[in-house]
Amino acid sequence: MTKKVAVVGVGYTDFNSMTPEVSWKEFMYEACQKAYIDAGVDPREDIDSFITCSEDYWEGFSIFDEFVPDQIGAVLRPCCTVCGDGLYGLGNAYMQIKTGKMNIVAVEAHSKISDLLTFGDIGLFSYDPIFDRPVTGSVDRTHFAGIPSYEKNSPKPLVGKTNEKERIHPYFLAGLEMQNFLRKTGTTEEQCAKVVVKNKKNAFNNPNAEYEVNITIEDVMNSEYLFKPIKKLDISLNVDGAIAFVLASEEAVKKLDVEPIWLRGFGWSSETPWISTRSMDANYAMLASRMAYKMTDINNPRKEIDFAEVDDRFSYKELQHLEALGLAESGEAGKMLDSGDLDLNGSLPTNISGGSLGIGNCFEATGLQKALEVVIQLRGHGGKRQIEDVHTGISQSWRGIPSGSGAVAIFGR
Amino acid sequence: MMTIKSKTEGYPRYAPGTHVSGRDISNKNVTYSWWEPEVQYSWSLGPAYGRFLQELKKGKIIGRSCKKCERVIVPPRMFCEYCYRSTDEWIYLKDTGKVETFSISYLDPNARRIKEPILIGVISIDGASPMHGFMHYFNDMKPEDLKIGMKVKAVWKSEKERTGSITDIKYFKPMNEGDK
Ligand SMILES: [Zn+2]
Repeated sequence: MTKKVAVVGVGYTDFNSMTPEVSWKEFMYEACQKAYIDAGVDPREDIDSFITCSEDYWEGFSIFDEFVPDQIGAVLRPCCTVCGDGLYGLGNAYMQIKTGKMNIVAVEAHSKISDLLTFGDIGLFSYDPIFDRPVTGSVDRTHFAGIPSYEKNSPKPLVGKTNEKERIHPYFLAGLEMQNFLRKTGTTEEQCAKVVVKNKKNAFNNPNAEYEVNITIEDVMNSEYLFKPIKKLDISLNVDGAIAFVLASEEAVKKLDVEPIWLRGFGWSSETPWISTRSMDANYAMLASRMAYKMTDINNPRKEIDFAEVDDRFSYKELQHLEALGLAESGEAGKMLDSGDLDLNGSLPTNISGGSLGIGNCFEATGLQKALEVVIQLRGHGGKRQIEDVHTGISQSWRGIPSGSGAVAIFGR
Repeated sequence: MMTIKSKTEGYPRYAPGTHVSGRDISNKNVTYSWWEPEVQYSWSLGPAYGRFLQELKKGKIIGRSCKKCERVIVPPRMFCEYCYRSTDEWIYLKDTGKVETFSISYLDPNARRIKEPILIGVISIDGASPMHGFMHYFNDMKPEDLKIGMKVKAVWKSEKERTGSITDIKYFKPMNEGDK
């Protein structure tokens, strides 16, 4: 059994709010082809297994995995889809390689969210249909749509009146969580605003980012409340983009002309879906990181981890996640931000890529965006945003609203 | 202990039971929760499908070639899924082809019987590599006349009616001797 698994290739498209010029297939092809060239492998010969990460409802296809082999080089090859974030895909690739059955595995995740016209409604579709959805906008409907039936005289669908209030956007859940986070930790809205300022500024040094801008804490504080205490500028905006990784066993790495970046630890965890019962403290991230630290033999993450790329799809999430990962004490992440610790030259540079606030929300590709930055930094390819003297980096992702699930991956040189 | 009589004794081997009917649900004899999402997508076509549909609007079928595996691919793609490389050239094809397989379908999505069966099948397009074409309707024929290997020709909507969709072709009809 191979002892170690490495990232040997990465490929990615630009991240853009709209990509009308390409279909999702051409887009995935671009990211994968770049990753295969980066690794120096021929997907039709050298790659043993292919994994994509996607959600059918984002794509608008049922059984979306049936539509992926062509553009990732996987026709008539072992191929599967992980219904979730890209970091879960990396973990699955790791496990496949550890079986000894596969030597080289490709992982792809993307967002083509601009194809989806009813984003909020699909978002609500991820809430519990009996207890939560009805409270997001009255659906006191009396109609019956009919069930598939072979009965000769089954009644025709009755379409009744919809007695509908205006519905709430699904992101309101982040408002609930942020409220809880601020009260528990004493973090302020200004500190959350500062995350936005930092990450959007960092994005200037990432040529692939979409939402780089110089703004002030006041700009964020003065932006309108959307889900109090969340304001308009606290929220990452959607982007399209595709990212691909090639992973290889220690033995396969030797045959490739690449500088390996080792996937040293991995973990994942899920909360209960009951909104009333779960912690709202990102316990999923806490437990996922503990699993990854154990695997990596990390006892003091604050000392042993040089930099972090964490899920920041809402501003407070960056601070909440840093605390859950044990990289800051409870209530300390905001103070670290204030003292410059999370900046490029700080003691724990965080979301130097620009994060989701600066790059954009790439949905199932979010985890791979975090992992991609860690790989770029460990390779020393960060250009203007290169962090000095880095050996170990952590990437963390959350499955997004309304989930209480997430994964962590730790990489080292 | 309950014994189930075997099929040979004149009973089915399983108890058929009583299905919940649609009426049971609409009368609320069983409980349920209802939700209806608003679901709309508009998929970007990209250069391959975009060109293909634009050509259909003009009444033409176009494919792409891959020089490595020497295939002529329709519907066109910008990359070859077998060679994993970019495809090379645009090639106009005929609007005739061969029936590869078909089915005569009698049920609607709610599994209710439709009056006129729908003839649907796969057509390999002339000028493309074997087994390259698309699925479409057949018409201007009796269901019993539809055969595998049969030569067929596209029946197009009028230029005014065409929108850049696969249904700009109304259906395929049997090819007559005079057809090109
Ligand atoms: Zn080819």
